[in-house]
Amino acid sequence: MMQAANKRPSSWRSIALVAVAVSTLSACATNNPRDPLEPFNRTMFKFNDAVDQAALKPAATVYKRATPSFVQTGVNNFFGNLADVWTGLNNLMQGKGEAGMSDLTRVSLNSTFGLLGLLDIASEAGLKKHNEDFGQTLGYWGVPSGPYVMLPILGPSTVRDTAGLPVDIAADPWGYTTPVSSRNVGTALRVVDQRATYLDATNLMEEAALDRYEFVRDSYLQRRKGQVFDGESSRKNMNDKDAPADAKSIKAAYADDPALPAAAAAATPAATPADAAAATTVTPPAAAPVSSETPAK
Amino acid sequence: MKLIKQLIAIATVALATGVQAAAPANEAPDALVKRISADVIDTAKADKDIQSGNQQKVMALVETKILPYVDFQRMTALAAGRFWRDATPEQQKQLSNEFRTLLIFTYSGALSQIKNETVEFKPLRADPADQEVEVRSQVNVARGEPVTLNYRLAKTPAGWKIFDINVLGAWLVETYKGTFASEIGKSGIDGLIKTLAERNKKLAAKPLNKPLK
Repeated sequence: MMQAANKRPSSWRSIALVAVAVSTLSACATNNPRDPLEPFNRTMFKFNDAVDQAALKPAATVYKRATPSFVQTGVNNFFGNLADVWTGLNNLMQGKGEAGMSDLTRVSLNSTFGLLGLLDIASEAGLKKHNEDFGQTLGYWGVPSGPYVMLPILGPSTVRDTAGLPVDIAADPWGYTTPVSSRNVGTALRVVDQRATYLDATNLMEEAALDRYEFVRDSYLQRRKGQVFDGESSRKNMNDKDAPADAKSIKAAYADDPALPAAAAAATPAATPADAAAATTVTPPAAAPVSSETPAK
Repeated sequence: MKLIKQLIAIATVALATGVQAAAPANEAPDALVKRISADVIDTAKADKDIQSGNQQKVMALVETKILPYVDFQRMTALAAGRFWRDATPEQQKQLSNEFRTLLIFTYSGALSQIKNETVEFKPLRADPADQEVEVRSQVNVARGEPVTLNYRLAKTPAGWKIFDINVLGAWLVETYKGTFASEIGKSGIDGLIKTLAERNKKLAAKPLNKPLK
């Protein structure tokens, strides 16, 4: 009785302690503005990693070693062909008619002459494979990505892409395959095959990353942003065949470049004040080209 | 006035072409990247030892064909960002050396995976006067969508040098930036150097990451 009475407040105390710990953790973890959910995400990352190390990665390794290469290519092509349908529709939803029609042509070619998608003859014919999903379509039309989210099992995502996920799942033709038992086997095969294609990349990442969580997050967010605009910095650049030179966007990408301009002044302490002033006045016109255009009109 | 301008323009063109003819080190940035990548791919494809992951051979390939064209100092400075200026010259040197070693170790493994890939370059979007340019390429692989491989180069007195690489949509500098900042925040620049050095020691003791066939 006494024990139970004692236990209660102490367990409450530990809960309170945990709550304080979590809030301080999140307070110091919010140094990355794109990842306010870092404490939760890190926990999820650990969980996913444990699942991966215990089940998915070993399965993918065995699959990659044991099955003949042509089987792997066939599996990859088959599910890739199914995915091309939704990729094509998303391209059309983004107004990229040419890419969308190319994707749908890929599907019709590969589904027929490519033996139900087992062969990717469309790629050999020069129709390149794309990768689009509903999250990218939302992003293309201006929906911001929102914070980074680590989903259980599914891995890295953002709030926007998580919102788009149910649509992607509903649009996946494999989800309507019957009977359910063969659908499940196929899904498992698809997941293992996907994991197998990333094996070399993740092995490399394990060596390259000092903090794997941060490495995955920082590369995923960039990659995702690149996917939305197909490697361009904005929608405008994508549709503009004569996009402006990259020099400006390169400058903008390294906002705290230590070489410019304060470091340039610091590196030459012998320079006269006039030189230093000149060095600092050089930058504003390059950084603010819009203001120089306005008076010209 | 117009005549003078034209004369200056002609003189500049003449000078530029003359210099280019005299010093091949002044080749255009996209031509440079194309040459390096063709050279590396041809060597890797032709060498059985590299294909089987012979660490020394791979390292030698990296040292001779790639490293002379990479500016690790600048790459490291950008990844360290505002902290770079707080570092002493000795720390800066150590940091860029350790970062360089880490990148060589981790990316060398990828070279032994080169098989039948072809590289396709996109047109350069730069003005002739630009000091920094981006060279875009994609590697067409046997399976799946093409792999993005972009390079950012800066003009230096010794010709164009690569200072950032984009693999699959992620820039190297940007990817390491967060980690560098949090390591420095935790244990200072010396802490980051130590962490990198420890990782490198571990990688040196391990055989090269061989691709699964």
